[in-house]
Amino acid sequence: MKTFEKILLRNMEQPGYTGSLADYERAGGYQALKTVLGGVSPADVIETVKQSGLRGRGGAGFPTGVKWSFIPKDHPGPKYLCCNADESEPGTFKDRQLMERDPHQVLEGMAIACYAIGAQTAYIYIRGEFRLGATILRRAIAEARQAGHLGTNIYGSGVTVNIHVHEGAGAYICGEETALLESLEGKRGKPRTKPPFPATHGLYQKPTVVNNVETLANVPHIVNRGGAWYAAIGVPPKSPGTRIFCLSGHVQRPGNYELPVNATFRDLIEELGGGMRSDKPLKAFIPGGASAPFLTPEHLDVQLDFESVARAGSMSGSGGVTVMEEGTNMVWVALRLMEFFYHESCGKCTPCREGSAWIVQILQRILNRQGRQDDLQTLLDICGNIGGRTVCAFGDAEIAPVQSTLKYWRSEYEALIAEADVLATSRKAIPVLSV
Amino acid sequence: MVFEKHRDTIEDLLSRYPVKRSALLPLLNLAQREEGYVSEDAMREIADILDITLPQVFETATFYTMLSLKPIGKFHIQVCRSLMCALVGADDLLAGLRTQLEPGADGTTADRQFTVSAVECLGSCATGPMMQINDDYYERLTREKVGRIVSDLRQTGDCSLKSGPFMIPERTDAAGAGPP
Repeated sequence: MKTFEKILLRNMEQPGYTGSLADYERAGGYQALKTVLGGVSPADVIETVKQSGLRGRGGAGFPTGVKWSFIPKDHPGPKYLCCNADESEPGTFKDRQLMERDPHQVLEGMAIACYAIGAQTAYIYIRGEFRLGATILRRAIAEARQAGHLGTNIYGSGVTVNIHVHEGAGAYICGEETALLESLEGKRGKPRTKPPFPATHGLYQKPTVVNNVETLANVPHIVNRGGAWYAAIGVPPKSPGTRIFCLSGHVQRPGNYELPVNATFRDLIEELGGGMRSDKPLKAFIPGGASAPFLTPEHLDVQLDFESVARAGSMSGSGGVTVMEEGTNMVWVALRLMEFFYHESCGKCTPCREGSAWIVQILQRILNRQGRQDDLQTLLDICGNIGGRTVCAFGDAEIAPVQSTLKYWRSEYEALIAEADVLATSRKAIPVLSV
Repeated sequence: MVFEKHRDTIEDLLSRYPVKRSALLPLLNLAQREEGYVSEDAMREIADILDITLPQVFETATFYTMLSLKPIGKFHIQVCRSLMCALVGADDLLAGLRTQLEPGADGTTADRQFTVSAVECLGSCATGPMMQINDDYYERLTREKVGRIVSDLRQTGDCSLKSGPFMIPERTDAAGAGPP
């Protein structure tokens, strides 16, 4: 793997760096905000971010500058920025590190984004479990206000940016941007039907941008060094930049690794992750969080960019890479992920709500040696009736583990069904959900 | 009155949002912190503070898994059971805890000190198996560590094994040490 420069993790990897305001300023922090408020127009900031080609790091990969440009410029009332810190995708733990280790990098990105879209108020919607992260962010906001980087009339420019930390209370779906907005309004976190999109009817029905933590953390660097600099890293023009990949599972050195996206899964898993934890070889990996279809050892040389992963039949999603060794029971793996989705389905759309329960029941009975011959076809039928038939992307996400394990390891399912007790298969008893 | 001594906090909360109802989750979280669970009295007070109905408070409270509407133990142990932790031993951890603490059918021990729950992904997949106890994360758990955590909490109410600011792989200098 070629040498490369880290962008987001660079500060926090310096010995002694604590993430305090003093440390961040010493590392050049808040220079970008000063530059922007010193006389760059909001339109030019958006243009720079557009030129950088930065794409959302939460999962969907939508171009950030384009998202910002959808905010109506002549809108008379308030506009809002929401930082999506509801990091809940199984396999993903990068935002937690960005917030707890270098909070000002995120705050500076937010302040610049607020200026670009004309928002005076921003909320960080952080998952309720991240108490430590919320405390660190609140302390950082207070520090930044004290020093004049946030608040009213920043650096005498007349620009006001107030950032508030808003803690969730345990719901994966609140990472979906419209569910996040519902939750922030004090309601159940159920995704809204789109259109209208948040850019025109978001928080309190006002123009709103929702950006992921990692996305916003990139912004100060893009302002400092220019859109063209960022656009030249990784796989231009469609997938520029570095990303933080979260490596977990059966590897030697799990962790957060920042890489230009023209690196491969082999670089990540074998070189940075130190390969498998034991002498058992690689059997499978998830390339982009629990919502991404599984890949196999033959995909190790696939590049990490959005398009390459998509061509391999999966998605780069939130960057959570989970590795499984030979001997892992893939029906059990699919069940464990489906139990997550069953637990987290918000219940708004029938196909997702009912379908996830049915899939869990069928996988449980297959694993309990009570599977039936027609179960695999039933699983595929249910998946087909969920995908594309729900309000949000959750429906498409939850069928990925089942469809992809059936695609690559169908024989494991068949073997378990073949082991089923003949009498058991004729019983009509429905397994009780245990989750 | 659950919120009486928190007047300043509530005023500060309400000042952050143009619509009062936005303060609902922060207030529910505060109620749980104050009483250990979200009581009906607390929900009634919240409804009054926010000028919404009790059912509106209730429908929101029942959506979020961190909010408990029934009293639970003093220490709420939440073990992550999602795939990434399960691959590295979460099920053994949970079974061991249940054997050690012998919680009742409601998950709470007879002395009301501990409640054990299995929960979905807590966002520390590289440092599993792991658990959250009240506000704190405990990561890279082994049977020995769990034993020490439980006994420390019983004796002093705190445990030095809890995680600091998250970084993995960790830096080698003292300020960079990640989860123990």
